[in-house]
Amino acid sequence: MTTLHRLPAGAWPDLPGQRVVFGADAPLRLDCGAELGSFPIAFQTYGTLNKERSNAILACHALTGDQFVTGPHPLTGRSGWWQSLVGPGLPIDTRRYFVIGINVLGGCMGTIGPREINPASGKPWGLDFPMITVADMVRAQALVLDYLGIEQLFCVTGGSMGGMQALQWAASYPARVFASVPIAASAKHSAQNIAFHEVGRQAIMADPEWCGGDYLAQGRNPSRGLSVARMAAHITYLSEAALHRKFGRTLQDRDRVTYGFDADFQVESYLRHQGSIFVDRFDANSYLYITRAMDYFDLVAEHGGVLANAFRDTPVRFCLVSFTSDWLFPTAESRAIVRALNAVAANVSFVEIPSDKGHDAFLLEEPEFFATLGGFLDGCAEHRGLAPLSEPA
Amino acid sequence: MSAALLADGSAPTGAIDVPRNDGIRIDLQLIADMVEQGSRVLDVGCGDGALLAYLAAFKQVDGRGIEIGQSGVNACVSRGLSVMQGDADTDLQDYPDDAFDFAILSQTLQATRNPDVVLRHLVRIGRRAIVSFPNFGHWRVRWRLLTTGRMPVTESLPQPWHATPNIHLCTITDFVLLSRSLGIAIEAGLAIKAGGQATGLRSLRLANLMGEQGLFVLRRD
Repeated sequence: MTTLHRLPAGAWPDLPGQRVVFGADAPLRLDCGAELGSFPIAFQTYGTLNKERSNAILACHALTGDQFVTGPHPLTGRSGWWQSLVGPGLPIDTRRYFVIGINVLGGCMGTIGPREINPASGKPWGLDFPMITVADMVRAQALVLDYLGIEQLFCVTGGSMGGMQALQWAASYPARVFASVPIAASAKHSAQNIAFHEVGRQAIMADPEWCGGDYLAQGRNPSRGLSVARMAAHITYLSEAALHRKFGRTLQDRDRVTYGFDADFQVESYLRHQGSIFVDRFDANSYLYITRAMDYFDLVAEHGGVLANAFRDTPVRFCLVSFTSDWLFPTAESRAIVRALNAVAANVSFVEIPSDKGHDAFLLEEPEFFATLGGFLDGCAEHRGLAPLSEPA
Repeated sequence: MSAALLADGSAPTGAIDVPRNDGIRIDLQLIADMVEQGSRVLDVGCGDGALLAYLAAFKQVDGRGIEIGQSGVNACVSRGLSVMQGDADTDLQDYPDDAFDFAILSQTLQATRNPDVVLRHLVRIGRRAIVSFPNFGHWRVRWRLLTTGRMPVTESLPQPWHATPNIHLCTITDFVLLSRSLGIAIEAGLAIKAGGQATGLRSLRLANLMGEQGLFVLRRD
């Protein structure tokens, strides 16, 4: 396996981890009908795969995450997105489990996506990149598992879009999944969520630097549009209570309002900061493609309007998790999945975690969330016959 | 009342020799003894999962639970049990017929909005249903009501009337009559006394007087 595609000049430096080219022999057929041949997938692993290859956990990242699940991010230096959950002694214990993080199809951290070079033109794909879906992402992840020689995942999990992938895995490859833990997720993207995504996409496209998606070839960057998209999205990840607790109406470095459009309020300053650091690590076209993939996600429609059909006779053990203050992927979405799983008498646990932190809670240290996830995994490990952690001598 | 009341026409008996086992509540122990090794079990209103954990450890069952209280659910899942937050009144309808060998409802029937609907679902989704409930016909309850003229507060009914979740209390006789009217067969019935001794229902009148709890094994007729 070789690294074929260099990142465009001036882009991020070489990233650690593995980057493997797939599809050279048999192209990957996408839901949209297009085929991808010879495309790279970037992934990271943590912990050790056991002899039986039965202890692998796939941690699926959300919209703006990547394969760097834990540890300092090579580009930003900040903690990985599940730093508090994945590691030695943590609920997803890397002394016991082999954790895999894979940059999704359409992403911008080394896996094929609109910022990668299109071999046909020698230029970045841009909007010539085919539309991808959550099911496509999962198909690509299955190739990585084949490459690693993993027949069955012990667990597939993730929050938000990561939870969609955890569901899609159970629906597409039930025999390859022992347990699935979709967190703060839904079986179909809601109208409200599609609406928010559309605002973000329009913000990017309204930036003249976007150049009809051709900004990389033209040496430009729609960072203002992408930043606004991130700011708007960030609000949806929080809750009114969390915003009030964090910021209230506190002013930013000043005693009184300035009667202008400066960031008078702390919350404004915070959002601007979130927007500005985001553009340093994310590609605007990737944002368009991945939000679209989430919008298209609808396991219900795909199964004749009956979600239960997606899981008939499923051997997978499920644990659904939602958070009380999450209004982006509210508890009702998880409950709809639970009902469908009950209709096929699947093995399902479901917890709603009290939290005022909104959708973002799945990334944060919530003791009850950690306890239930850890307990669920322990119980599954026992059923799967995984050896318990031997105490250090 | 006589044993002929029972829907399947046979005399209901509690002919179960109960080995005592410390650790779980006496009624849960009695229920556990009725569950077959390795069966599929749904525990509706499973609380903190004591029965499910016991059944998983000692009877190797494939167990699931429904619990209305979030703290109970989280405690169950934390200890590796398959439990979901849900409500007996609304969530049983989702399950297919005969999904389980045993559908268990312990000390929960009296807190449901529609006990008859819940019972019908239990015998639909379980090949057998096991139901236990506090017996309002117990002599102590009758005595309290008679002597004080107030709603009884007893060991198995500890809350005052205004704070209790028990909105549909019944007696053992009421339960037998309801089962019959719903076309549900009673395979076994026990009256559990305050001390934990269980007796059959050979004399329903006596059982209804002496039993602090009723415990029944039901199936679709």
